[in-house]
Amino acid sequence: MSGVSPGAAWRRQRGISRVSLFVPLGLFLLIVGIGYAGFKLNDPHVLPSALLGKPFPDFSATLLHEPERVVHRDELLGEPVLVNVWATWCPTCKAEHAELLRISARTGLRIVGVNYKDDRQQALAWLRRYGDPYEYVLEDPDGSLGVELGVYGAPESFLLDASGTVVYKRVGDINPRVWRDELAPQLARLGVEAGDV
Amino acid sequence: MSDLRRGRSALLLGLLLSCAVARGAGPVDVFQFDSAEQEARYQALVAEFRCPKCLNTNLAGSDAPIAEDLRRTVYRLLTRDGLSDKEIRAFMQERYGDFVLYDPPFRPGTWLLWLGPPAFLLVGLLVLWRLLRQPPREPLSSDEAARLQQILAEEGAAGPSGSGPGGTQP
Repeated sequence: MSGVSPGAAWRRQRGISRVSLFVPLGLFLLIVGIGYAGFKLNDPHVLPSALLGKPFPDFSATLLHEPERVVHRDELLGEPVLVNVWATWCPTCKAEHAELLRISARTGLRIVGVNYKDDRQQALAWLRRYGDPYEYVLEDPDGSLGVELGVYGAPESFLLDASGTVVYKRVGDINPRVWRDELAPQLARLGVEAGDV
Repeated sequence: MSDLRRGRSALLLGLLLSCAVARGAGPVDVFQFDSAEQEARYQALVAEFRCPKCLNTNLAGSDAPIAEDLRRTVYRLLTRDGLSDKEIRAFMQERYGDFVLYDPPFRPGTWLLWLGPPAFLLVGLLVLWRLLRQPPREPLSSDEAARLQQILAEEGAAGPSGSGPGGTQP
């Protein structure tokens, strides 16, 4: 009996090995790990786009500046294009606007706007006042184009390659950090002249 | 029935009624349906889809503008385009991903989600079974009982400075 601790005797009697004593601690750490990954690393407010890697859907929409002209998907093809969903009622879009202007001024990237559930006069006034980074702006007054794109808020942006496949999606604003870490590398892959930004 | 019990029943009834009211208090759209059956399908579908903007509300219960748009879309697909429930589910999933479905499809990315709870139940049952299977501890033999008494007496004589549980006696 001497030399054997009561703890060891208790474990032997119950058929419990020393290692298995750590099972509860292991389970606890596992649960903490899953919780951390689930709550911290994953922003539940950002949906992964169902369009990623798929062709941009076909659509027909009128232009904000030329309401009589109808534009289709073909007009987005040929070279990479950034499709930016925005509205004058969206404060984040205002914050994003300066960055879009900077990108359009300093790079060769085409930017096409989608004016989402907005008022035409207000949208035109906004572009006059803050500047217009867009090649043209599609109108989506009732949000039906937004539904086709899986948009659930503004701003949202899609990067299309020359064949019209969605290679990148951003929910939320494009800011200098997003440009540097996400958009610029994507553009480099697509071979767009990203300038010295 | 005593007064106390009657009072409790009334309270319970009141609570149930308030739940019923709260359930019916979602946003109201004015849609025309061809038949009661079509309307029932619409109601079932908007109750089934999850609103993309609000983490845990279905389309039927959400005031968010996007939920309103999607309800209108479901209505249009159902009445004007004549799509089946399955086709409407596919339409929503193509655009908003698995997120809009409260029951995501069984795929490599979701097997943990589906199999996790049954696996935990299984582990729980296994532990329970092992605990129940353990034979009752046998009572001490007379020799062991005598030795226990002796040890206890020695510990008592050594005073409170004796080693605690788990310590090794030299």
